[in-house]
Amino acid sequence: MIRVVLPAHLRKLARVDREVQLDVEAKATQRSVLDALEARYPMLRGTIRDHVTQRRRPFVRFFACEQDLSNESPDAPLPDAVATGAEPFLIVGAMSGG
Amino acid sequence: MSRVRVLVGTRKGAFILESDGKRERWDVTGPHFGGWEMYHLKGSRADPDRLYASQGTSWFGQLIQRSNDGGKTWEPVGNKFVYDGPTGTHLWYDGTPHPWEFARVWHLEPSPTDPETVYAGVEDAALFRTTDGGQTWHELPGLRTHESASSWAPGAGGMCLHTILFDPKHRDRIFVAISSAGTFRSDDAGKTWRPINRGLRSEQIPNPTAEVGHCVHRIAMHPSRPGVLFMQKHWDVMRSDDAGESWLEVSGNLPSDFGFPIDVHAHEPDTIYVVPIKSDSEHYPPEGKLRVYRSRTGGNEWEALTKGLPQRDCYVNVLRDAMAVDSLDACGIYFGTTGGQVYGSADAGDSWAPIVRDLPAVLSVEVQTLP
Repeated sequence: MIRVVLPAHLRKLARVDREVQLDVEAKATQRSVLDALEARYPMLRGTIRDHVTQRRRPFVRFFACEQDLSNESPDAPLPDAVATGAEPFLIVGAMSGG
Repeated sequence: MSRVRVLVGTRKGAFILESDGKRERWDVTGPHFGGWEMYHLKGSRADPDRLYASQGTSWFGQLIQRSNDGGKTWEPVGNKFVYDGPTGTHLWYDGTPHPWEFARVWHLEPSPTDPETVYAGVEDAALFRTTDGGQTWHELPGLRTHESASSWAPGAGGMCLHTILFDPKHRDRIFVAISSAGTFRSDDAGKTWRPINRGLRSEQIPNPTAEVGHCVHRIAMHPSRPGVLFMQKHWDVMRSDDAGESWLEVSGNLPSDFGFPIDVHAHEPDTIYVVPIKSDSEHYPPEGKLRVYRSRTGGNEWEALTKGLPQRDCYVNVLRDAMAVDSLDACGIYFGTTGGQVYGSADAGDSWAPIVRDLPAVLSVEVQTLP
């Protein structure tokens, strides 16, 4: 089980009020977690990564275990603590704008 | 008694203002989608409880929302806008070729006859359509692949397709306007397009009378007379009496012919409204006086409408999609400002009152006249 924390706007869009728990059968990577997240909540498609290129949107960041994983390969394994559910995978709206 | 529903898109959410036909007391709901930029909301004429809304932010991109109950509840629908085929390039600000990139939906225009069909004008300029109530969107690529498209360039607000008009008398005729490419017409339901900018003169481009490259801010028509078009260009208010084949300037005695919106009275095809703005480098009303100007002669002769509008220290702007008219017997007219006011007039502009004063900056205003 993988725990995902969404930013407030996306929690509201997905109509969830707390962290999301996902069963990810494949190896835990950014791609497999986001695939599972979007399969459960299709309204999130296009809001975290581009529909076509699947690249992270520029003002979205991925944090976990006090590390910024935003620029890691989408197919790199996530930390064990995320894969086991001990720590959440944080999807964050970057601090910018007004 | 008839009612009106005013749909307001702002920088930080959407608001719905409702009143009976007297238009004196208003119920305000919102913000819907608080914190999101709501570029445009519009209802279907075929089913007035069916609304569509363009929602977005720089963080999370574009969403489209749909309501089936007049805005009480909403559901997100499809938000995948992918250009059909190779994107090609347009000119960038530095004159270099730049690939078409989807940024946002500026304007949603529901079909007059089918609530499931909606056209979307987007940035970078292109026209999309859904026929399944917004679940899927498909480009009509004939516009973006027009032979002139590689020479189109963005205005300061981006290269946006912001106006879509259907001709009620010619079923397959569509007009669109793009900043800053100009106005285009299709006579085959959007398959092919041609520029209709003859008569426009823009001193800000190398060839002031070029076929494309004009910064058209808005076009409007009266449905009873679709061959007559009115235009607020970056500078100049223009009129065409031949469905865009040629244009004549009708700025007349306006204090400034720069501005953004233009609209037509619901029952008087020659009565039109603009909001003069001092200049393209200032973007606020001349002399700090917020004045709507009305022409009852289809242009050239204009009168200032000031009753109820601030006549000192007013430095707001009125954006291109932020004016609309209702179709009650006494035509109502509405506009929103970048200062967050929405003003309404229940007497065709003779007098005005604020419906709300303190919203976020208003991006769009649309009105539905309900039974």
